[in-house]
Amino acid sequence: MLGLNKKDMTLLIVVAILTLLAPFILNPFPVDSGMAQFNAGYPDLMQRFVIFGILAIGFNILFGLTGYLSFGHAAFLGVGSYAAVWMFKLLSYNVVPAILFSVILAGLFSVLIGYVSLRRSGIYFSILTLAFAQMSFALAYSVLSNPKFNLTNGETGLQVYADDPQILHRDGLPDVPHLFGWAMRDNFLELKLGGWEFTFNNGYYLCAAILLVVFYLSIRLFRSPFGLMLRAVKSNQQRLNYTGLNPKPYTLAAFIISGMYAGLAGGLLASMDPLAGAERMQWTASGEIVLMTILGGAGTLIGPVLGAGFIKYFENIFSKINDNVLHQWFSFMPDGMEDFLVFIVHPFVGKGWHLTLGILFMLVVTFLPGGLVEGGQRLGRLVRSRGKKPEDPKDPEHHPKETPHVAE
Amino acid sequence: MDAILLQILNGLDKGSAYALIALGLTLIFGTLGVVNFAHGALFMLGAFCAVTLQRLLSLSYETIDETKTDFLGNPLKVKTPYVEGWFGPEVGGAIIDWAVPLSVIIAIPIMVGIGYAMERGLIKHFYKRPHADQILVTFGLAIVLQEIVKYFFGANPIQTPPPDALLGVVNIGAAFGLEIAYPIWRMVYFLFSVAIIGGVFSFLQFTTFGMVVRAGMADRETVGLLGIDIDKRFTTMFGLAAAVAGLAGVMYGPINPPNYHMGMDFLVLSFVVVVVGGMGSLPGAVLAGFMLGILESFASTTWATTTIPGINQIIIYLVAIIVLLTRPRGLMGRKGVMED
Repeated sequence: MLGLNKKDMTLLIVVAILTLLAPFILNPFPVDSGMAQFNAGYPDLMQRFVIFGILAIGFNILFGLTGYLSFGHAAFLGVGSYAAVWMFKLLSYNVVPAILFSVILAGLFSVLIGYVSLRRSGIYFSILTLAFAQMSFALAYSVLSNPKFNLTNGETGLQVYADDPQILHRDGLPDVPHLFGWAMRDNFLELKLGGWEFTFNNGYYLCAAILLVVFYLSIRLFRSPFGLMLRAVKSNQQRLNYTGLNPKPYTLAAFIISGMYAGLAGGLLASMDPLAGAERMQWTASGEIVLMTILGGAGTLIGPVLGAGFIKYFENIFSKINDNVLHQWFSFMPDGMEDFLVFIVHPFVGKGWHLTLGILFMLVVTFLPGGLVEGGQRLGRLVRSRGKKPEDPKDPEHHPKETPHVAE
Repeated sequence: MDAILLQILNGLDKGSAYALIALGLTLIFGTLGVVNFAHGALFMLGAFCAVTLQRLLSLSYETIDETKTDFLGNPLKVKTPYVEGWFGPEVGGAIIDWAVPLSVIIAIPIMVGIGYAMERGLIKHFYKRPHADQILVTFGLAIVLQEIVKYFFGANPIQTPPPDALLGVVNIGAAFGLEIAYPIWRMVYFLFSVAIIGGVFSFLQFTTFGMVVRAGMADRETVGLLGIDIDKRFTTMFGLAAAVAGLAGVMYGPINPPNYHMGMDFLVLSFVVVVVGGMGSLPGAVLAGFMLGILESFASTTWATTTIPGINQIIIYLVAIIVLLTRPRGLMGRKGVMED
């Protein structure tokens, strides 16, 4: 169906069910229970899950398939956000032109950066993209916000003001980003079932629908001859050259596609909250995109989405934990023990979330280069081999070591 | 004339920092073939060595001076740093005053130790992994180091003043009849980094150890076949590179108060410096470091910023892009090193 084989179709359906039912799945605890802080089913966080999922899917098309490690993807995210807010300022709060324009502009921008950066590979490519991203950050933060020519509004961030033209704005349309009248921040349904509360948000469902579309596209891309070509670039570029093929157009196309994904994510971010700031383009933001993809599993279809969800969820939960919460958790222990445990855990939660993230990242790169997906596969294999131990001695000669980072 | 000279001099201090970090990066890349994204963090750790020493030296005890009272009428509490108590106020005060230069002494063993630990504990396991993995793991390490420092020292910049004797401005153009006011500490920083760069180069050029290392950089396998444990020496070079970055950081404190993310700010630019200078070329790294520092200083003049607003923020990147497009191996890069 839809040009997918059975396995991919199942994956797509599972992802579709998960995203569409996310308000239920992410809110497993009743509102007034002690576990309610682990709920993630509120619109703002769910939107971020999906948007960063899109971003990571796009990054994975470049890194997972071609092996080119870009350290500057946040630049496209930022360009997308700025483009969307400019559309809001000039046309109207309707998100359709905003998102379209952000994708197009990020695409053009990535043609420019990709054309230069892709003349080099390996480390050089990473450094070049990093330099470009930092340059874009500097441009957005200070250069393009001088009084004569204010494109980005510098430190304050670009936002919509009351005296902006908004030529397509009509009375009766909401004064927040909307899809033909449906305000993005509104909830179309709020369910109360016993102690549970579920929120169904317009913006989230728009993002989720877009996620499903781009996820489908990425599956098609992974399975296409074009995707195979990109993998050939990754496994051995020289070999590709000797077969008489020029890898450059393919890598450039992958770069542009992934830049457009990032632009789309940026546009969606701005559509959920009409504000674009330069800090979205900083290299730490680029690093976070890399983290998500690696953590989930680069080169796999579902990995980047998992990684994005994982990081955003734990970022949210971990930063909310403070000493009081910790004391509550460990209150069953003797006093000295309790204080000691709180003291140990304290640096890793709350504001220390980035420390945990860095350690986690190092551990994953060192021990689990395939990310969560590989971890899951290993676990699955372990469970299976325990069930039927005798008949599973893999012949090492006929089962060569799997190449990491490459999906089946 | 004065203005041009002044801009060149102004570029020297930043240029020195770039050159020192880029030198360390190139040493590591040339010997071990690893791109160290945590090198900026080493620079930052060096700066915090100075902060730590300064804090340790100013630890003080309280005594009550019965003869005086504070504005509430209570006996006045006087804080005396322990060092002043031990060595007398004059010597003790001088030690505290010279905390930053003194930190150089403690920073060397600390940074070499950290470098050793990093190489043996982590990077050693990544030689056979793809470059992307090396980048990623050192990037993770950089985040961790940065967050640890942030946990202990907070997120705000910490003032580390230079000794009083080296505070202030001097007219260094007086001998030539020019009017060039220049802060003394920047002068010191420049001379210090020239000394370190000279030291590293002469170490590589004139000692047997350095000769072996250079041979190993040229052909690691052959050196190994000659019965020399080249890995051990390369580890030492990693320690040395860490120390160079650390010292650059120690002395940079008085120019720019250290904060936990200063390393990353410098790292990105240092990478650009390495690329412009030529990957794997030590003289290239130093040359490009100073050149880009001076260029940045020229771009920050009022004339340049009014002509093209914000040019000072992007000039280095622009230069890097132009160099890479016209001369991909960098200014002094050897043929065949990371050419593709």
